[in-house]
Amino acid sequence: VSRDTERPVLAGWGAVVLALLAFWLALPPVLVRSPVPSLVLALAAAGLGAWAAREGQRRLGWAAVVLAILCAIGALAATRSGQGNLENVVVWSALAAAMLRFATPLVFAALGGVVSERSGVVNIGLEGMMLVGAFFGIYGADLTGSWVGGLLLGMLAGGVLALVHAFFAISLRADQIVSGFAINFLALGLTGYLFLQHYGDNGTPEGLPQVPDVSLPIDWIPFFGPALDKLNLLVWVALLLVFGVWLFVFRTPAGLRLRSVGENPRAAATVGISVYKVRYLAVIASGVLAAMGGAFLSIGFVHSFNQNMTAGRGFIALAVVIVGKWRPVAALAAALLFGFSQALAQRLPVFSESSATLLQALPYVVTLIAVAGLVGRSVPPAADGVPYAKE
Amino acid sequence: MSEGEGQATGTVASRLSGYLRGGGIITPLLTALIAFIIGGLVVALTGHNPFTTYKAIFDGSGLNWIFPWITKDDRTTAALNLQQTLIGMTPLILTGMAVAYAFRAGLFNIGGQGQYFAGLYIGVWVGSSFHGLPGVLHILLAVVLGTLAGALWGGIAGLLKATTGANEVITTIMLNYVALWVGVWAFGLGGPLHNAHEKSSPISNSVVKSAQLPVFWGDPELQGLHIGIFVALAALLVFWVLLNRSVAGYEARAVGFNPDAAEYGGIHAGRTYTKVMLTCGAFAGLAGVLDMLGWQHAVATNDIQNAGAVGAGFIGIAVALLGRNTAGGVLVSSLLFGALINGTSVRNLDPAVFPPELAGNLTLIIQGLIVLLVSAPVIVTALYRLRPRRARGEEDAPA
Repeated sequence: VSRDTERPVLAGWGAVVLALLAFWLALPPVLVRSPVPSLVLALAAAGLGAWAAREGQRRLGWAAVVLAILCAIGALAATRSGQGNLENVVVWSALAAAMLRFATPLVFAALGGVVSERSGVVNIGLEGMMLVGAFFGIYGADLTGSWVGGLLLGMLAGGVLALVHAFFAISLRADQIVSGFAINFLALGLTGYLFLQHYGDNGTPEGLPQVPDVSLPIDWIPFFGPALDKLNLLVWVALLLVFGVWLFVFRTPAGLRLRSVGENPRAAATVGISVYKVRYLAVIASGVLAAMGGAFLSIGFVHSFNQNMTAGRGFIALAVVIVGKWRPVAALAAALLFGFSQALAQRLPVFSESSATLLQALPYVVTLIAVAGLVGRSVPPAADGVPYAKE
Repeated sequence: MSEGEGQATGTVASRLSGYLRGGGIITPLLTALIAFIIGGLVVALTGHNPFTTYKAIFDGSGLNWIFPWITKDDRTTAALNLQQTLIGMTPLILTGMAVAYAFRAGLFNIGGQGQYFAGLYIGVWVGSSFHGLPGVLHILLAVVLGTLAGALWGGIAGLLKATTGANEVITTIMLNYVALWVGVWAFGLGGPLHNAHEKSSPISNSVVKSAQLPVFWGDPELQGLHIGIFVALAALLVFWVLLNRSVAGYEARAVGFNPDAAEYGGIHAGRTYTKVMLTCGAFAGLAGVLDMLGWQHAVATNDIQNAGAVGAGFIGIAVALLGRNTAGGVLVSSLLFGALINGTSVRNLDPAVFPPELAGNLTLIIQGLIVLLVSAPVIVTALYRLRPRRARGEEDAPA
């Protein structure tokens, strides 16, 4: 990288940091009550961003300018609202903990999406696979009297539903989007049917076994203590799996085979890789992973099951896969962003119920921008969604 | 979802071409039959009688009205039920077309629900404002603006596809949820279109009496059948003409068959995508307005959230696929799904025979099975081979 391109890039990122700093100043714990410092900083950020844009870093530069404007508006709003309200909403450690909790089901399902699509099979059925994981998770916990049993049954159910998708998408060379869509309908009907058949109108009983929280001896550390002290076990499992899936996909021979099948199945087949076998395993793994996300919802987070309780989280996970460009670590970043927006939406009603609702649309808007290529184009694996016919 | 959608095997439409080309109604009938049989197995396995259940669903749909031996009270009930079935069928005709037309152009429009929402929202906004406007004008204004709103919402996906190549499956899914949350925001507590008289319930204003669609069969107070079904049927005719007898439809089909060849032949594929998605959105938007002016008259935010998974826009996908994306097919399958959904509703299904809450989920299972079976050309081709020999043609070529 030559010096000519290095400086605008630095300026662009500097502008991003300055813009965020401008907003941060007006929030607790700093809580500057005058808008002037924030506005000065935001103005500087906008100028720096515009300069970066002029010097060739157009996307980054303009993104920084937009961010500076948004942060200036945010800071202005913060200085004009009550101090008590602000201190209620912006508790960074609580926001971080909630972000991790909301991100966890997305991370599980998105990892499933990454594995499946890396093998060349689009999985629109993530939503349905999460839903069966959620139902059979709680049903299994009820049946066996242990959360381990619940989690395992949920994973099994997700794997079986994924097997249906795999059979249609791989062996029958069905259209993967249509069959994935059908999977969602099936899961919605099946879980709703079984839920009402078993639990009736009363809902799932109270006091079923739960996935335990992990208590860490770190509550004396500021911020990290209260944020990470009492998280659910599955939150940590999700974070570890991000690393595990990255290691698998990019650092192991099996992962290389997976990617080769998704990029060019014909070439993979000529060197002796069984395309069908790799794709079957990948799709089943994606179902198991998505189901873990669903099981976290029912036996780790909400402690009950309701019809259609995933309510579109599978589609946000799909969005996470795309915004994360089919990479586990980038997907984690996207899931954390969407998790943060949900955590904020949960706390914002102090100010205004309606603005909190609007925040729920954020993941979908971000994904629209990402697929349209406005900020860093998302390009899927080459053979993603194309059925493979053996010769 | 691949970028290499140029080749003929790339688009959804061409991958489903075996199913689309197959003439006749045998394949869809067998597909539906298999789905109903598997659904019946689910009923039997969970300890209910599938035969009495299906009979009760059939009676609940009001389709028994056509039998001359149904008389007196039974006939009155059947008429009431059939009115509900036809009310439910009306939006499905339109959302079915919204998916079918896109399919013919090689696009998969999963966004029918969002486009339906756009029409629904504008419908309730126009219908509950502009007091004092003469009824006919008021209705026309709402219908035109709602249809345009749906077209615009669909057009976004088409435009993004044309200009940036953004995959329409992803964009339409995302647009569905954006539309959903915009509605929950707008009609929810503190939202700009919230009914100010309802302090605690998140609901919209009501469509004024004069802007409601007239009821021509049944009691207006008991949600009789409104004239929207004629509008939907007229739109179906427009769809047929558009698809089979117009330049726009020819271009859409050409692009759907092979976008590269169409480009070579002088058809602008990108412009066609945008036009097709505008048209699809218009159909779905119209469905939303008709539902609003015809029978809903107001919308609560939890209705919006419930429709987020099982609304008319999604059922339209099953309607289009089962109806093989033709006008006649959409008509028949929208009646089937309208009857199925209404026959399994809490209001219409006899709870002594089968719990309606379960039956509603049974409907979802049957829909899922139908879509699943349609997705695989191998199954469809196998079913198609069961047809009488003389009727078989080029479909035997490998898919």
